[in-house]
Amino acid sequence: MSGTLLNCGYVALVDCAPLVIAEELGFAAEEGLALNLIRQPSWSALRDMLALGHLDAAQMLSPMPVAMSIGLGGLPAEVDTLMVMSVNGTVFGLSQPLAAKLEDVAFGDAETLLRRLTNVADGPLRVGVPFHHSMHRLLLSYWVSGAESMQIEEVTVPPPRMADAVADGLVDAFWVGEPWGSVAVGRGVATLKMTGRDVWQFSPEKVLAARHDWIDANPDTVRRLMRAVFQAAAWLDTPRNKPLAVEILGRSEHLGLPTDLIDPALTGHITPAQGAHPVAVDRFLQFHRNAANFPWRSKAAWIAQQLGADQAGITRAKACFRTDLYRQNLTDVSTDMPGASEKEEGALRFETAVASARGHLILAPDAFFDGKTFDFAPENR
Amino acid sequence: MTETLRILVVEPDPDKAREIIDALTAAGWGDVKALAQITSLTRTVKEYAPDIVLIDLANPDRDTLEHISYATESEKRAVALFVDQTDDSLTKAALNAGISAYVVDGLKMSRIKSVLETAIARFQIMRQMQSELNAAKQALEDRKTIDRAKGILMRQRNLSEEEAYTLLRKTAMDQGRKVIDMARALVTAADLLS
Repeated sequence: MSGTLLNCGYVALVDCAPLVIAEELGFAAEEGLALNLIRQPSWSALRDMLALGHLDAAQMLSPMPVAMSIGLGGLPAEVDTLMVMSVNGTVFGLSQPLAAKLEDVAFGDAETLLRRLTNVADGPLRVGVPFHHSMHRLLLSYWVSGAESMQIEEVTVPPPRMADAVADGLVDAFWVGEPWGSVAVGRGVATLKMTGRDVWQFSPEKVLAARHDWIDANPDTVRRLMRAVFQAAAWLDTPRNKPLAVEILGRSEHLGLPTDLIDPALTGHITPAQGAHPVAVDRFLQFHRNAANFPWRSKAAWIAQQLGADQAGITRAKACFRTDLYRQNLTDVSTDMPGASEKEEGALRFETAVASARGHLILAPDAFFDGKTFDFAPENR
Repeated sequence: MTETLRILVVEPDPDKAREIIDALTAAGWGDVKALAQITSLTRTVKEYAPDIVLIDLANPDRDTLEHISYATESEKRAVALFVDQTDDSLTKAALNAGISAYVVDGLKMSRIKSVLETAIARFQIMRQMQSELNAAKQALEDRKTIDRAKGILMRQRNLSEEEAYTLLRKTAMDQGRKVIDMARALVTAADLLS
């Protein structure tokens, strides 16, 4: 296999799938690329390697490029989001002692769960998250801000160690990406109570990111990379391909995990507790449909606002979500190119048809658990 | 500076940790603590207040350390990263990026002293530049405030610029306060009344 070799960083999670599939199933090769997939030990290390030029592109937590654009955390580098690689895909779980007190709260009921947690919590609730600038942490902060008396102590725990952390009593609860929630359930040390989409129904989770100057200097490579990942994401969202995707991801050079731990995320059948029946979660982890790959600038703005950015910061954050490149590079292969680059976030309670280049784009519900909406368009403020 | 420096080594492998501590001690740094378990990292960082933290780049606990740095004023602390293979280009890139994180070529004990001294010196330069930058920004802000206060006096009391400043300074001296405090009070009062 030959072609332009790109060093691509990723962290071992189920949602690294678009990069792995792009390489393994030849979507990259079709574009004349070879992806050298380099697993990273931590998000900080991945960010530094990307910023320092050791990686050309990387899977990143969606808040990371935004945080860097507003000068938070780590290196002073300009990193852009080329496209969203996955939407949703995280779970919130409780330690068994805490879960026992909240047995009657139904899976996925964010509002009741918050109210009841506030009542049973004895001091601040220690919650494990993988990284400070993650959608996990933003959704957690947003969710608990709905209860004034709720106190949270954020504990950063590498995802593969989340099950240990809850088993050892280091945390009372956790918010983590799959397969690490299912791993904790499989070990009988935790009970899952909801998924990320119970707080925000359509949140950008992982993005394809690269340095701003590298993007400028390599427009053709960027175009081919985006097209390869786009095709891989479309393949992943086709139901008949799921078994093969599970098998490829499980291989030792990628996640190196048993397939039964990868399967729940890809099929959306989440087992909340040991011995319980799996719950079918619609759009648990979505790679492509409903314009999932489109880097909505309004979502960058929401992230920036949650990170505490001012108006100037929100404007910078919007600019690092490259809708311009998305349109330029994917219009001919995309059937559902949105007409606008921003929308009111949280306004959709149902599937909704909106204007698109070919007139048949259906957006998925994107409501927040508390019904709030966010409009960052200048003319509406 | 070397005598008073507190160093925290985050390293799960006890043999490796001992090796690093020995090298640091031999290099003249006596106040060194090793931590294998990340579980107590937050408490240790708060209580021990290290000036510099050493961690292997491949260590997944890096994210935890970084979060603790946000929460505990990271600008007061350097984080040095070890990578296991020699990688000069990475070291250079890290330095050029001007980060407090410093990447060193593996754990060559013979070099640990010079490498750490460079990291610390670099970090202190960065810290000083940051505080000078902050001071310059503050001075600029202060001047703007004083200019506004002068402007208010000039309009309200029909004074020249020089007279306005003299009045501001005299009032400040009479009250035993700084000119900038006087100016701020005046600007705030004017904002309230306008």
